[in-house]
Amino acid sequence: MVGAAIQRRLTWQVAQVSAHVRDTPRCWRISLDVELGAWLPGQHIDVRLTASDGYQAQRSYSIASAPEERTLDLVVERLDDGEVSPYLTDELRAGDAIELRGPIGGYFVWQAGLGGPVQLIAGGSGVAPFLAMLEHHQAAGSDARLSLLYSARAEDDIIARERLDEHAQRAGVEIDITLTREAPDGWKGRIGRVDAAMLAEAVIPASEQPQVFVCGPTAFVEGVAEALVAQGHAPAVVKTERFGG
Amino acid sequence: MDHIAAHRLDGNAAAGRLEDVFAVEITSVRATCNGCGATAAVAELTVYADAPGTVIRCPSCEAVVMRLAQVPGSTWIDLRGARTLQIPLR
Repeated sequence: MVGAAIQRRLTWQVAQVSAHVRDTPRCWRISLDVELGAWLPGQHIDVRLTASDGYQAQRSYSIASAPEERTLDLVVERLDDGEVSPYLTDELRAGDAIELRGPIGGYFVWQAGLGGPVQLIAGGSGVAPFLAMLEHHQAAGSDARLSLLYSARAEDDIIARERLDEHAQRAGVEIDITLTREAPDGWKGRIGRVDAAMLAEAVIPASEQPQVFVCGPTAFVEGVAEALVAQGHAPAVVKTERFGG
Repeated sequence: MDHIAAHRLDGNAAAGRLEDVFAVEITSVRATCNGCGATAAVAELTVYADAPGTVIRCPSCEAVVMRLAQVPGSTWIDLRGARTLQIPLR
């Protein structure tokens, strides 16, 4: 098991927003200054909002930056009927404060010491924890093979596009993006939804015993995990994190 | 996948609420379902967070393993559905 040096009960802390940037039509990257100590790539935090009448709502967000980076970054997808995300994307500004607790989790975590090969599979904003793993892989100088299969709706929806292109140039890293709704002329990546056939072709085969992490909407994660187990990956090495519907 | 199933989360989503109370990394704790006897990491349990409380179910038989409810000033935890919790010590 991977864990922090000292485990204690979590408490809510105040974080300062240092940057608030729209990355895609539906996703924002929010950078926070907060003293949480070192986190592990794949961990998440809970964000809590309190209304003036005392009503509180909380949501979990994966940490999208590596522990080696200066800020704790989140990728927040705006859900039009959401209770929390429209506030975070539309109202929050650099300089504002929000409440959070964390870092949380030791199961859906990868760090350089665990080695490879590692297969990451993301649906939409489920790529967030994998951005942290990729940054950590580079910062730690890891030689583990790291392969990302990332499903986005259209080219404009690809989160952290420039960084992913840069990671793709590094030895040992493969970035494989599939577009499910529309692909521009000249698109060199994959087209179509992640299904059993695409997984069989794009994922590090079970014979090489990859550690597998799957993150995204619930239906995506459960469909992918089921197909991977059917293709011979051991259920225990296929780790999942569901974002909901 | 129906509306309720699409909102299904996993134990990662309940970990913050549990670590308000338990001073251990909870997602790696292994829980045994009192219904069917299956054992899974808390991260692998299914979570329904849309209810007034948080309902945590067994991924094998769907029995309720834990329920959490937060009221002003307290957290209530019902562990009837968990036969055991195996907590790694470091």
